[in-house]
Amino acid sequence: MPLSTSVPSRRSFLLGTAAFVPAVALTGGLQRPALAANPGTMLPYTPTFFTPDEWAFVVAFVDRLIPSDAEGPGAVELDVPAFIDRQMGQPYGYGKLWYMHGPFRPAPATLGYQLEFTPRDIYRKGIPAADQAIREAFGKRFVDLDPAGRDQAITRLQEGELKLSPVPAQTLFGEFLKNTQEGYFSDPIHGGNRDMAAWKMIGFPGARADFTDWVDRYGAKYPFGPVSIKDLGA
Amino acid sequence: MADIKMKSVDAVIIGFGWTGAIMAKELTEAGLKVVALERGPNRDTYPEGAYPKSIDELTQNSRHALFQDMSKSTLTIRHKPDDQAAPYRQLAAFLPGTGVGGAGLHWSGCHWRITPEELRIRSHYEERYGKNFIPEDMTLQDWGVTYEELEPHFDFAEKVFGTAGQAYKVNGKVVGAGNPFDADRSSEFPLPPMRNTYSAELFRKAAAEVGYHPFSIPSANASAPYTNPYGCQMAPCTFCGFCSGYACYNYSKASPNVNILPALRLVPHFELRAECNVVEIQTDSTGKKATGVLYVDSQGNRVTQPADLVILGTFAYNNAHMMLVSKIGTPYDPKTGQGTIGKNFCYQNENSVSVFFDNDKYTNPFIGAGGNGVACDDFNADHFDHGPLGFVGGSPLWVNQSGSKPISGVGLPSGTPAWGSAWKKAVKDTYTHVLSMNAHGTNMPFRDCYLDLDPEYTDYLGRPLLRLTFDWHENDIKMIRYAVGKMQKIAEAMNPKAIKVSVKNFGEQFDSRHYQTTHMGGGVIMGDNPATSAVNRYLQSWDVSNLFVVGSSAFPQGLGYNPTGTVAALTYWSAKAIREQYLKNPGPLVRA
Repeated sequence: MPLSTSVPSRRSFLLGTAAFVPAVALTGGLQRPALAANPGTMLPYTPTFFTPDEWAFVVAFVDRLIPSDAEGPGAVELDVPAFIDRQMGQPYGYGKLWYMHGPFRPAPATLGYQLEFTPRDIYRKGIPAADQAIREAFGKRFVDLDPAGRDQAITRLQEGELKLSPVPAQTLFGEFLKNTQEGYFSDPIHGGNRDMAAWKMIGFPGARADFTDWVDRYGAKYPFGPVSIKDLGA
Repeated sequence: MADIKMKSVDAVIIGFGWTGAIMAKELTEAGLKVVALERGPNRDTYPEGAYPKSIDELTQNSRHALFQDMSKSTLTIRHKPDDQAAPYRQLAAFLPGTGVGGAGLHWSGCHWRITPEELRIRSHYEERYGKNFIPEDMTLQDWGVTYEELEPHFDFAEKVFGTAGQAYKVNGKVVGAGNPFDADRSSEFPLPPMRNTYSAELFRKAAAEVGYHPFSIPSANASAPYTNPYGCQMAPCTFCGFCSGYACYNYSKASPNVNILPALRLVPHFELRAECNVVEIQTDSTGKKATGVLYVDSQGNRVTQPADLVILGTFAYNNAHMMLVSKIGTPYDPKTGQGTIGKNFCYQNENSVSVFFDNDKYTNPFIGAGGNGVACDDFNADHFDHGPLGFVGGSPLWVNQSGSKPISGVGLPSGTPAWGSAWKKAVKDTYTHVLSMNAHGTNMPFRDCYLDLDPEYTDYLGRPLLRLTFDWHENDIKMIRYAVGKMQKIAEAMNPKAIKVSVKNFGEQFDSRHYQTTHMGGGVIMGDNPATSAVNRYLQSWDVSNLFVVGSSAFPQGLGYNPTGTVAALTYWSAKAIREQYLKNPGPLVRA
């Protein structure tokens, strides 16, 4: 549902405190806990879809979508760029999972994606357009901005303030965000989430898939770490 | 690629999900030679459900391993009859299936019986609230069948599905702490209720505290080892959390593949042909008799399969599509209200409340099962006085913790940014300390919510796509806001750190971009009058008497409960009529 409202619970109301005020506002002065404490290191990987310029942009971009900080691993150190590059070689990357017959014409946003661009097209056409718009707005290429500058640039893409053609800024941003979260949280067999570090951070046990002994241990922390499909010999 | 004509059979079934499998079993028991045609591939617990590859959120859910192949076909959507429709290009709001087992392979397993009053909803509302209560443009009508008539079929379907639950009343006697609003049952559930998650038990306690009547959701996820009347076996559910969108690795979730197909495989006069996509139902020169079907097989051959009896059992709205492209019946016209094919499309009107706890309280949302949970029915159906409220319909409320996976399933507090360090911190702080509850509301039929053929877009066979015209109406938004308000009281009684209420606002349009449910209905609705319904009370086409159209397409309105239990019971009811009446004397079972 697009429309949600937050209401204070009885307890937080009684305490007079607003719950869950985000620690970081998205625009204006940015505070980042333990910024770049660990910029993250990828395993060696040679992209097969992305060009060197695109690859630098992708790495810098996903590094800000899920930064490395004291809370946990970032997208780069979990090999999310490699995940996205691999996905571009899958049927998904070629738009084979979508109905891609024309005519393509604008429609209300609520009717969903209506462009002729596959995920490969979105990145291939979107990245240079974004880099150009960012250079015009910030005077630098995206990869040459400092982290705060990159966050501002991403926010302006997210909000559609930077105008791109032919792939709209919000389409490019949305594809980046979706694929980055997929790479961060999917099973390591797909090339991201290295060492299941994102699962470990949030407490998701991966492919354990048998909680017969834990379903009625009410309120207790699940004691076992995650397993990957890879660990199970499949 | 060639044109092939097959030898005639007694019955051909289009689609092999729950309705196709039930019909195949029933008609082969009656001695008929039956061929079932499924557009998608062969599927089964092995290999599609085999552990551990089936426990892969990216492949199964994000990349739609078991869902409809959108590159071949979809539907178009618009909000109002004068709007331009646009294709539903990416799966999002609903996830139709394909392949052997259909959506029955990747459903959740909530297994309900429709309430008696919903089967005669127009009569019931007019009797209790007066003739003027139902809005003029709400095309509400009775189903033409009663709960008492369907009860033996609900009962049998539960035994086939191995449904776990707690009965309230059996043969007039209160037998246990089930749903006190439940209608009478002829027997207990075949399996005792499942154990519940912490989240569900928190709901049970809080709902009771605020004066509601919580009970365990009837679940077609086995709570114990079970052998069904067909000799098919189920194993106890392990609460792995991979039901909806996945094939069960453990033979625990009822499916056509686990609960019916093993028995059908032993039947020599049954044949299942996968990757056979039916193009149209063929009729004779009078248009009143079906002669069989034309389908395209996996090699691209165009195959004619003659049959004496045709069963149309595709997914929900696809039944209307097949009727329209086969030119059977009269297409519904929203301007005149005439015609019936495509009429009364309905959906599920769902909203949610998320409840956030402190970090020392673990809800472990990855533990779950598709049909597992605790519900209360105080605001569903007509269990409360609608008189002063001014809307038709209602909603069960529940915690149905089916297993949250991290790509798709982390509910975050309001105000959380979509990315960056604050997003990550929120995911980390929230994931194991949140529960989600849902109001799973009715969706009433309206004159301008319907299905027809799109004039522009086509599928891979060149057929026009189905066009859905649908939007939320004030009645349903009033209802869901009322139900969510009641559910918020349950959330507050849990004394959480914070809650987040997501509910439709007045004037809000249907949004196809966000998953809601795959509970669609209508389009080939049942009734007692050929002027207002497409099929009679036995799901027999009013126009072509050797065609039966089974599935949620027969629902004249959207239910508060999940549809599958009612779909299964209606299919058994229809099969009984075929076996006991139609086969003895083929022709219309109800005189118009």
